[in-house]
Amino acid sequence: MSERTYNFAYLDEQTKRMIRRALLKAVAIPGYQVPFASREMPMPYGWGTGGVQVTAAVLGPDDVLKVIDQGSDDTTNAVSIRKFFAKTAGVRTTTHTEEATVIQTRHRIPEQTLTADQILVFQVPIPEPLRFLEPRETETRRMHALAEYGVMHVKLYEDIARHGHIATTYAYPASVADRYVMDPSPIPKFDNPKLDDCAALQLFGAGREKRIYAIPPHTKVVSLDFEDHPFERYRHDAPCALCGATDSFLDEVITDDRGARMFVCSDSDYCERRRESAASAPKPVSAEAPHA
Amino acid sequence: MAQVLEVANVSKSFTMHLRGGVVLPVMRDVSFGVAAGECVVLAGPSGIGKSSILKMIFGSYRCDHGLIRVHHAPHATDIAQAPPREIIALRQRVIAYVSQFLRAIPRVAALDVAAEPLIASGTAREAARERAASLLAYLNVPERLRGLPPATFSGGEQQRVNIARGFVGEHPLLLLDEPTASLDAENRAAVVQLINERKRRGAAIVAIVHDLDVRDAIADRLIDVTAFSAAA
Amino acid sequence: MLDAHVIESAGADAAVLADQPLLISEGLTKWYGRQLGCRDVSFELYAGEVLAIVGESGSGKSTLLQMLAGQMAITAGRVLYRMRDGATRDLATLTEAERRFLFRTDWGYVQQDATLGLRMGVSAGGNVGERLMAVGWRHYGKIRHEAESWLDRVEIDSARIDESPRSFSGGMRQRLQIARNLVTAPRLVLMDEPTGGLDVSVQARLLDLLRRLVQDLSLAAVVVTHDLAVARLLSQRIMVMKGGRVIEQGLTDQVLDDPQEPYTQLLVSSVVPV
Repeated sequence: MSERTYNFAYLDEQTKRMIRRALLKAVAIPGYQVPFASREMPMPYGWGTGGVQVTAAVLGPDDVLKVIDQGSDDTTNAVSIRKFFAKTAGVRTTTHTEEATVIQTRHRIPEQTLTADQILVFQVPIPEPLRFLEPRETETRRMHALAEYGVMHVKLYEDIARHGHIATTYAYPASVADRYVMDPSPIPKFDNPKLDDCAALQLFGAGREKRIYAIPPHTKVVSLDFEDHPFERYRHDAPCALCGATDSFLDEVITDDRGARMFVCSDSDYCERRRESAASAPKPVSAEAPHA
Repeated sequence: MAQVLEVANVSKSFTMHLRGGVVLPVMRDVSFGVAAGECVVLAGPSGIGKSSILKMIFGSYRCDHGLIRVHHAPHATDIAQAPPREIIALRQRVIAYVSQFLRAIPRVAALDVAAEPLIASGTAREAARERAASLLAYLNVPERLRGLPPATFSGGEQQRVNIARGFVGEHPLLLLDEPTASLDAENRAAVVQLINERKRRGAAIVAIVHDLDVRDAIADRLIDVTAFSAAA
Repeated sequence: MLDAHVIESAGADAAVLADQPLLISEGLTKWYGRQLGCRDVSFELYAGEVLAIVGESGSGKSTLLQMLAGQMAITAGRVLYRMRDGATRDLATLTEAERRFLFRTDWGYVQQDATLGLRMGVSAGGNVGERLMAVGWRHYGKIRHEAESWLDRVEIDSARIDESPRSFSGGMRQRLQIARNLVTAPRLVLMDEPTGGLDVSVQARLLDLLRRLVQDLSLAAVVVTHDLAVARLLSQRIMVMKGGRVIEQGLTDQVLDDPQEPYTQLLVSSVVPV
């Protein structure tokens, strides 16, 4: 049994208090980017330090933590962060979405509908949706303060002019509570509708950029679009090769050198559950995709 | 008939600051009036200041003292004291000026040069151009020239465009500086007819004309400007 | 024999000079520490009028324009503007949101350097459409259509609507900047040396365009220029500045044909006729 050298969830209590204050502000002003004093974490910037700090601030000893990266529980990032919290907080961890009370995610929202008992923590690289068109921080702060979001539609206009349709497929900007426009982190636009009227609390942490923002439960979130080019979810037109789901976001997997590919659920837990229930359910005489 | 223009005790001199402030007096106590339907011709030798009088009435020149009152019922405006915006308004609807030489923007077609005063006072572009075209036709400016900028026209052609521009609106006060100077007999006659027709319609006209025949054809009164000369 | 034509007025605003001034400058003064930028400049501008502010370098004309545009703090004096609802407001009393909205809709500002007045990374259509999107236009087709018609109006081939202004010549960029500013039908346009840095033939074309637009749209404009020919061509009123002070002001043709002040006479006589 190793000697316990870390405070609960690694961060000291004062830091957690500071982050919680920032979180309260963020929840009070949905979509508004609250600056916070991001700490040095034992992983480099770009590896989810913002999300880790938010999780560390909200985690309690009775919480059950799930960590996913691009929908999967078993990639390097997800595994190491889960181990990090297991070691520094001693909390129970899980890969099952409906068991978790805190879910930290990189670049995806789980397929399973979340509940009021859950908190979803997003890892955010660049929190500022206006940054691509306006490099000056002083100017973007002013634009948010005055709700000057014309440039966001300029970006979408440019997409349609160049590609014939809105080409943004991830990190698709959305308007929160009819006030602030936010970047929902690089989740696929497929996931944007899940942001709207979600029962769970959604928190966003950007460690390198030192910003926190939030969407309180049951908040209106509308993805930006044009009247004649309305927002569309994009999904590969195929069922999951493993579980047959037609409503989940798919990863494209190249299987050989000749371009053969298959589409698989990005949310590994969701896919597994579907396969489990298909295996245990009595077999009806219906078309069911064979599982591996 | 109603008095349109009243010039009273107008004096003008130029102060050449770049020449050590030397003062060149031009006119002293110029006084005359013009009624609607009347054509007054200013007479006098070259250089005496006749053009300066016209320019003062139009507002292109300042005057040192005096009154230049233009009646445009129900108002009367003293050009010598009026703020720029009132003079601009008067130029749009009341006073038209045909200068001695056409000074047009190089790249604008003759038709548009002639139509401009109407457009500036609110007429739709097409209607204004039609009216300008009919005037140009009357003044024998051939159609093929109307779409071209007047810079390359002959003196006579330029002057006819200038005249069309001055006559295109129905301004009640017309200032004409040598309107027939570069014209041949036929076009002179056309301009004379134009002037007389305007007179019949009630316009007041102040003109500088050296050609005696034209003068006789249009003038109701002659004013010898030599009487007002301030030059030593 | 000519018939008496009856000309129907199109009802254009040019014929009706409004009773109230659109823009009032009251004693505008700017001191940079102990250095005078400009002093006690007062004028009234009405709808449809173009006022040229001429002077040489250091005359204070650019300082004046920047103060009018709210881009520079005023040391003394006020700028008053008659809003669309008819109320005349002191610009200093507007909230920042109101001021920025005003500058995006009712005012235009044409910069001397078009690259500063455009988004170079955005297509021509996007540049023209931005103000529309900023005031809530949400139909791509309509925005694009409006952008196309404005490109035509400023004589840019509308087939180039999707090109970046980086591929445009200086004159085209300037015309694009004008379109970008005029798309929301502003009533007042401020121009800072609009023909500066352009080739003479390009300048000429731009000036013709500006003249026509000002006339067709009944714009009020303040044009800062060092070029008397530009002033004569575009403006009905002129203000001559030197060393931060207004030397002479009045009707453009009057000030240029019959200059009263020594400096004005010097300026006018310095221009070499072509």
